[in-house]
Amino acid sequence: MATGFTLNGKAVSFDGPPDTPLLWVIRDAQGLTGTKYGCGVAQCGACTVHLDGRNRRSCVTPVSTVAGKSVTTIEGVRGAEAEAVKRAWIALDVPQCGYCQSGQVMSAIGLLTAKADPSDEDIDHAMAGNICRCATYVRIRQAIKDAAKAVAA
Amino acid sequence: MNAVTPTRRAVLAGASGSLVLGFSLPARARAAQPARPFRPNAFVSIAPDSKVTVMIKHVEFGQGPSTGLATLVAEELDADWGQMRVEQAPANDPLYKNLAFGTMGTGGSTAISNSWMQMRTAGAAARAMLVAAAAKRWGVPAAQVKVAKGVVSHGARTASFGELAASAATMPVPEKPALKDPADFTLIGTRLPKLDTPAKTDGSAIFTMDVSRPGMIHTAILHPPAFGATLERFDGAAAHAVPGVIAVRAVPQGVAVYARDRHAALTGRKALTAEWDFEQAETRSSAEMEQAYAARARTPGVQAGGHGDPAAALAAAAKTIEAEYFFPFLAHATMEPQDAVIEWRPGKADVWLGSQFQVGETTAIAKTLGVPFEGMSLHNQFCGGSFGRRATPDMGFAVEAAAIAKAHGPGAYKHVWTRENDMRGGRYRPLGIHRIRGGIDAEGRITAWDHVIAMQSFMKGTPMAGPEIAKGLDGSATEGAHELPYAVPNHRCGYHMMENGVPTLWWRSVGHTHTGYAVETFVDELLALAGKDAVEGRLTILVDKEPRYAGVLRRVAEIADWSGPKAQDGRTRGVALVKSFGSYVAQIAEVSRSDEGIPRVHKVWAAVDCGIAVNPDVIAAQVEGGLGYGLGAALFNELTIEPGGMVREGNFDSYRCLKIAEMPAVEVSIVKSAENPTGIGEPGLPPVAPAVANAWRALTGKPVHRLPFVKGVVA
Repeated sequence: MATGFTLNGKAVSFDGPPDTPLLWVIRDAQGLTGTKYGCGVAQCGACTVHLDGRNRRSCVTPVSTVAGKSVTTIEGVRGAEAEAVKRAWIALDVPQCGYCQSGQVMSAIGLLTAKADPSDEDIDHAMAGNICRCATYVRIRQAIKDAAKAVAA
Repeated sequence: MNAVTPTRRAVLAGASGSLVLGFSLPARARAAQPARPFRPNAFVSIAPDSKVTVMIKHVEFGQGPSTGLATLVAEELDADWGQMRVEQAPANDPLYKNLAFGTMGTGGSTAISNSWMQMRTAGAAARAMLVAAAAKRWGVPAAQVKVAKGVVSHGARTASFGELAASAATMPVPEKPALKDPADFTLIGTRLPKLDTPAKTDGSAIFTMDVSRPGMIHTAILHPPAFGATLERFDGAAAHAVPGVIAVRAVPQGVAVYARDRHAALTGRKALTAEWDFEQAETRSSAEMEQAYAARARTPGVQAGGHGDPAAALAAAAKTIEAEYFFPFLAHATMEPQDAVIEWRPGKADVWLGSQFQVGETTAIAKTLGVPFEGMSLHNQFCGGSFGRRATPDMGFAVEAAAIAKAHGPGAYKHVWTRENDMRGGRYRPLGIHRIRGGIDAEGRITAWDHVIAMQSFMKGTPMAGPEIAKGLDGSATEGAHELPYAVPNHRCGYHMMENGVPTLWWRSVGHTHTGYAVETFVDELLALAGKDAVEGRLTILVDKEPRYAGVLRRVAEIADWSGPKAQDGRTRGVALVKSFGSYVAQIAEVSRSDEGIPRVHKVWAAVDCGIAVNPDVIAAQVEGGLGYGLGAALFNELTIEPGGMVREGNFDSYRCLKIAEMPAVEVSIVKSAENPTGIGEPGLPPVAPAVANAWRALTGKPVHRLPFVKGVVA
């Protein structure tokens, strides 16, 4: 039986195995490659998407569990927080290799959407599931703070 | 004015890797202009719409060569940064070899240093030809023609690069174009935005993982459970039964599963069962290796460097100390695991790969497929990190991907390692033991330093092995220890080249990952034994011939306001100083005890001298990232070989990576220099762990001689 859900605002359907991780549905079936494979066990955050607006690791999310729900990826994320985060990321030249950054950006947007003015502890907590092997963390932290200010302004 | 002033976003559209060529886009406003770009040399191409495309011969994994090399061209060309594009160079040694290697390759922090004159000359030649074209068009002496921000001018007359491109192409190519006086640089030394940032922010950057070809088959592999074990038999029936699985085949590297999509390939791989022959396998545990290495480190080894008579000096010393250090195997653990896309048919193949040895890997794939090199096209991709991992002298992963493609026949294949494949796939920073004995005289001067290193050589048996290997020496294992930055009158460094079946490899900063730690913690202990300050004490004994050491050490002490190891709020500080790849870096770390009883690093101050700073912000970013990478490894990381040869750690749940909460604040200061640029991808790393260890010793009184800290602080 096909699984129907909303992807970046559009209705989509997947008729493969219902236990297929959402990550591979997004990448292989839908051809959206911004969401990355890093670990497959929800330990690195490279696959972070928004499920009904909240951060979710798509590599451990069976597609059957998102039936009827709304999935947003880095390609489709919109809104004041999203724009502010991306602008702050570019202004500080945050990315190095860039591979984890879609997940970092999605987690940061999720954080700012839930909490407009995050403290350092909030950032530590919200971003704890996103590994950056290039260790761009100094700039990630600053970019989140800059984005929060920009949204508030 | 130049009619073409692309926004930064537009710049990026042409900069996202190897497939999009800025100069092949139609020039809307300039339909009357000739359509062919002006290509004065192999590196620079100027399109009729004035876009300048630079061929980048170094792979981009975040260390910034795309931006850096484009900056060198733009500087001498007097281009506007907004008109610059980059493209990854094809596999071609005559045109694009690393001048330090003799073949295409990225490593040893050489991207800027080997390209410094080459790329500037390429830009200057293009500029001279544009100027000659303008002089001819306007009937004025070339010496009176000016170029600034992409505009060629004489008095009130102006022309864009694109307008002059066709005519410039007919001008003689200058053999030795004049280069700028560094005092006239307008782009070098400024914080130009990185060309790859926007695409890496909005998810549009394409990595090998993201490449798709029509009819592409997804492959996964089951490797032997121990290094050197070989396949006896496998049962692919259950894998075959997985919907979407097309085939299961034995290949020299293991058992490959072929499928319609990634999920089917992974499900099929899980369903595979296989039996292995351990006859040739490395079955010793890490603990057994450690024991064997430590025994050898108690004997002198082959002399790798030194002078004087350390044995006599130790005997005559007023005080002596000795230490045995343990360094574990380390995985690179790049965010993007090893992956490749190969599309082949008889006589021809296209390869999408984040290739660090472009010609070497293309050649290895060609041989494996049975395709002539002339039939190969490499499309070099952004890589999701390397840290040394994607430069393997035996081209191991490329050969595996090609063997899998070959075993199934012509077609397109995407081969991707799982995280577990990657973590357990070997090519680790080698395990090693250092033993050091040191002595001071009655005045507190360091008089003796006897250092022995027992470690495997990853150079041995590779095409990169030098003649020293036959003598039992490997500079990549002893660099940073066979010659000290300190004037110690009696010094010896011995080396034991240990045999080990675990495949090992350079890991960001190579030998300095361990020699920097051993030397900088041991000198700190000797200075403390003599009652001397860690900064002043080092300044007193630094070798005279390299004043740049003192330059960075003084600078870091200044920016950190160093007044000894005690800091506010019960915190302590430590310092370390390491030169690697021609660059000098000093760091001060401020630490306290974390809730889990290991160092919590609050801040690191870093002073850097890497010659002329091409892009200060990229340098700062590499120091931030390099020390973060090194700190994570020093705090947490060890790849453990179990008895029998299995690797214990398989994913990020067991191989703990530095998280944002553990990242210290970082302040970087760049020492101004007129020297030619040296590297920065690696030199930010080596000082961090010893600086933290020295701070920890100040905090607790206990030296840390075993890494990682999670084990070393209780050892």
